[in-house]
Amino acid sequence: MYLKLTRRKFLDCPGTNSEDAGKSEACQGCPNQGICSTGIPVAPDSDMEAIRERMSTIKNKIIILSGKGGVGKSTVSTQLAFTLSRDKNIEVGLLDIDICGPSIPLTLGLQGEQVHCSGSGWQPVFVSENLCAMSIGFLLPRADEPVIWRGPKKNGLIRQFLREVEWGSLEYLLIDAPPGTSDEHLSIVQLLKEDLTGAVVVATPQSISLLDVRKEINFCKKVGLPLIGVVENMSGFVCQHCKKSSELFTSSEGGAERMASAMGCPFLGRISVDPRVGRCTDSGLSYVDAYEDQPVAVQFLSLAKSISFF
Amino acid sequence: MASTVENPTNIPEHCPGTDSANAGKASACAGCPNQQICASGPAGPDPGIQLVKERLEQVRNKVLVLSGKGGVGKSTVTAMLSRSLAARDKDSNVAVLDIDICGPSQPRVMGVLNEQVHQSGSGWSPVYVDDNLSVMSIGFLLSSPDDAVIWRGPKKNGMIRQFLSEVDWGNLDYLLMDTPPGTSDEHLSASTYLSQAGLTGAVIVTTPQEVALLDVRKEIDFCKKVKIRVLGVVENMSIFVCPCCKRLSEIFPATTGGAKKMCEELNVPFLGSLPLDPTVARYCDEGKDFISELPNSPVVQALGEIVKKLVMVCESREE
Repeated sequence: MYLKLTRRKFLDCPGTNSEDAGKSEACQGCPNQGICSTGIPVAPDSDMEAIRERMSTIKNKIIILSGKGGVGKSTVSTQLAFTLSRDKNIEVGLLDIDICGPSIPLTLGLQGEQVHCSGSGWQPVFVSENLCAMSIGFLLPRADEPVIWRGPKKNGLIRQFLREVEWGSLEYLLIDAPPGTSDEHLSIVQLLKEDLTGAVVVATPQSISLLDVRKEINFCKKVGLPLIGVVENMSGFVCQHCKKSSELFTSSEGGAERMASAMGCPFLGRISVDPRVGRCTDSGLSYVDAYEDQPVAVQFLSLAKSISFF
Repeated sequence: MASTVENPTNIPEHCPGTDSANAGKASACAGCPNQQICASGPAGPDPGIQLVKERLEQVRNKVLVLSGKGGVGKSTVTAMLSRSLAARDKDSNVAVLDIDICGPSQPRVMGVLNEQVHQSGSGWSPVYVDDNLSVMSIGFLLSSPDDAVIWRGPKKNGMIRQFLSEVDWGNLDYLLMDTPPGTSDEHLSASTYLSQAGLTGAVIVTTPQEVALLDVRKEIDFCKKVKIRVLGVVENMSIFVCPCCKRLSEIFPATTGGAKKMCEELNVPFLGSLPLDPTVARYCDEGKDFISELPNSPVVQALGEIVKKLVMVCESREE
């Protein structure tokens, strides 16, 4: 007998605070179903009010996603943040919701920094006058301390980040997500709802990456998250010795541009491989500031422009 | 007056696990949003742990392939190791279990993308790639490969439990388990369910840059915390050989000394490095067996050495 999971099994959790908790078709088979459906009155979520208020002073809230790990979400988020904040009149924030693998303190050169708490909330850590960030990385006693948390606890921290961090007035809040389509992604979408401006999806050209990226795009469509577009990272490499270009991660299916077109999603452009991007990422430096005239800097500037026009 | 947020008050210590006898009751649980739910549920060890132990009794070596970081090549390396182990000894049986629920890559990498899983009286039959190499993944259970699996932790844990307790592997010499990045539900569940079944250890995959090593150090620490033996670290995408001029380039510069230095610092074995070969990447995309088709590739040569070391480490434990 063939085993196939029915479509029903893939319906999404309505949320433990929802009125449908435990009663929705999606709940069947979930280990938490009994508890959710006990009929304990669901109190209105008081955090939502506080979150709404925090978000009200932020113009654009953009989440950077990918179904796949290691495609460069944190690198793209960081370099985009650096690039957008080159205009000193534009205030930019970067929120790292990758609880298990928080890279942002490293990529912004803020390792060892601490979060200060004042009467008006948690203060984000500043890179420059108009660029700040928040990450669990700043709350850990050691950088290599693992965060071994199950979903509910991760959700709790994301909720705290949204409720407590005093961003102030921002033009852009970029949200760096972990790979996948799980707790963190559901939480951020459920907590921010219509407040989210849109999603930038990062992919690499390989089919194995596009396989997961398609799922992510379908996730966005399913939860009603507007798609700003797809970026193809690690797209092409120019050998520094012979100056010839080659593809590191070839695709048998035409890469991210073709996939984006097939899924009715805008294509925001490519970012080529330059080992100096890796060095900047590891050292917390802005690539565009360091290598303004290089092709990859032009690509980052173009990406920032596309986002500002959304 | 400003104060430093070091331990935000409602984020407690490490979760004992929702299945633990202490679930909801440990001091660590205070303040956790799930505390009441855990405390009200049935306490005691999950019967699944015993089921998994019985099911995996005939599996000699159970190896987790981990990395704190995504995209370093866990799935590729798992597939490479499994193909290599199966090819070097046709009498040994090898299998791959893909527990990356959100991003299952193994069906594609192993070239069995549209296969189906059969269910018999003795359990779920894995999909066979070769006579002595089989695979199980949630990828086989989806109606379409583009279906997003948008599940929270508890549901993912349920699936992992099923995979570990219901797949009829038969007699195996090696079961390699491909995991998603991170140190969360899937990793905790896998280590809990395998705790009585005798986990041989973990192979950790990384790339050379610090942004990857940062997460990999956490993963190694996780292994120490949950008492999983680290069999060794593989450094993937270590160097790129330009197909035109054959000169070497570092795509992901090892700004802090790479995996070898990290292994020395953390006193874990270094199994070896694999270069970045776009042909291998393409073969993985197409699910082809590059070990038999590209035996002279530097990747295949390096892989041979890594597998030798891995087999030695696994067998030394048996003695």
